[in-house]
Amino acid sequence: MRLNKPLLSVRDIVFVRDHETVLDKINFELQSGDVLQVQGANGSGKTTLLRILTTALRPTSGDILYSGQLVSQCRFNYLSRILFLGHQTGVKLSLSVAQNLAWMSGQNSAADRFAEALKVAALTDYARVACQKLSAGQQRRVALAQLLLSEADIWYLDEPYTALDKEGVEMVNKCMDLHRKRGGAVVLSTHQKVTMDSLRTFSLMSPVLGANG
Amino acid sequence: MGTPHAYGFWAYLLRDLSLANHRRGEVASPLVFLLMATTFIPLGIGPQSELLSSIAPGIIWVLALLTTLLSVEGLFSRDYHDGSLEQMLISPQILVMPVLGKVTAHWVVTGLPLTLFSPFLGLLLSLPSDGYLPLAVGLALGTGCLSLLASVGAALTVTLQQSALLLTLIVMPLYMPVIIFGSSVAQYGVDGLNWMEPLAALGAMLALMLALCPLAVAGILRLTTIN
Repeated sequence: MRLNKPLLSVRDIVFVRDHETVLDKINFELQSGDVLQVQGANGSGKTTLLRILTTALRPTSGDILYSGQLVSQCRFNYLSRILFLGHQTGVKLSLSVAQNLAWMSGQNSAADRFAEALKVAALTDYARVACQKLSAGQQRRVALAQLLLSEADIWYLDEPYTALDKEGVEMVNKCMDLHRKRGGAVVLSTHQKVTMDSLRTFSLMSPVLGANG
Repeated sequence: MGTPHAYGFWAYLLRDLSLANHRRGEVASPLVFLLMATTFIPLGIGPQSELLSSIAPGIIWVLALLTTLLSVEGLFSRDYHDGSLEQMLISPQILVMPVLGKVTAHWVVTGLPLTLFSPFLGLLLSLPSDGYLPLAVGLALGTGCLSLLASVGAALTVTLQQSALLLTLIVMPLYMPVIIFGSSVAQYGVDGLNWMEPLAALGAMLALMLALCPLAVAGILRLTTIN
């Protein structure tokens, strides 16, 4: 008998879009401290799965349980405990780095933690610069800097390494490791190899294979 | 649990106002259009003040309608394209609150300046001075209705690339009652009638739309972003 309920359990998620089965019977559990990499070819439904987990999409059938409770029954509680970072990061180009970060982190972080986050993301010198003057990778760092301020339990990161240099990738990995050690969990989708101990992987079948098999 | 719901309203209102402040040129262009159109109308139809003053309330209201339509296209689509709409949809709050915040911000940067300018527009179109107050009060309520209705159209067309025409087609029929009662507020004022009567009808419309439009927008946004 296990006393601790899994942080997240996903049961028999099926997602059908325009008569085409995108996700077929997805099952996995996420314990606190887990980092789960979702693998799969382009178009195998990685983003769709992440969007279902964030409740932005409703699965055709199947359940998502957060700490043993159906997500649909504790939606606000669940949503306040998760962080989602998609392909489009929500960075407003006309606002400065600091303004964007303040908005994304909920504006409740202490000033020293805020400054620390900017420093770790190598954005201190750009704090007052409008994001449209930054490079793609730097804009990505602005969004990723919110990981340093996040108090969410579960992070859903969709291709977090896109456009990042080596230091950026290391920063993301360090953030995930810290998050894991304080009891959080991460679900990320990426094609790149993730160098991290005790990484779990979950493979989505490519749509063609799925149809044949 | 979660954030207080009023927080979502104020947060999105202030955020959209600060974003509008960063693209002042774009925000000002519908208002400049309005001013230009008002300046050209007396040149086009001649400066006979009787003719002008009899059509002034109607013209100002039609221009207010067009100004709202011109400015509303990006209300949700800008957020859709940079990913912040998705964040809004999964934020732990009742979606109506941020929607209402965004629509209010839209009204503050279009409807409110239009209302404040309206006596000046009336002057350009030789509106009799009895009409100034009813025109401004009517526009204050009416532009609120226009922003709310336009937000429904903006939500329906949020995923489209070229949405201006479709948006106009969706919203125009809904605008009819607003423009009928709105322009009659000013007309009643000019004619020396009791302009409180059409104003009350306009106020009732605003109350109804304030209650229903954000709900509709929230539902529509959830549906249109499923793809």
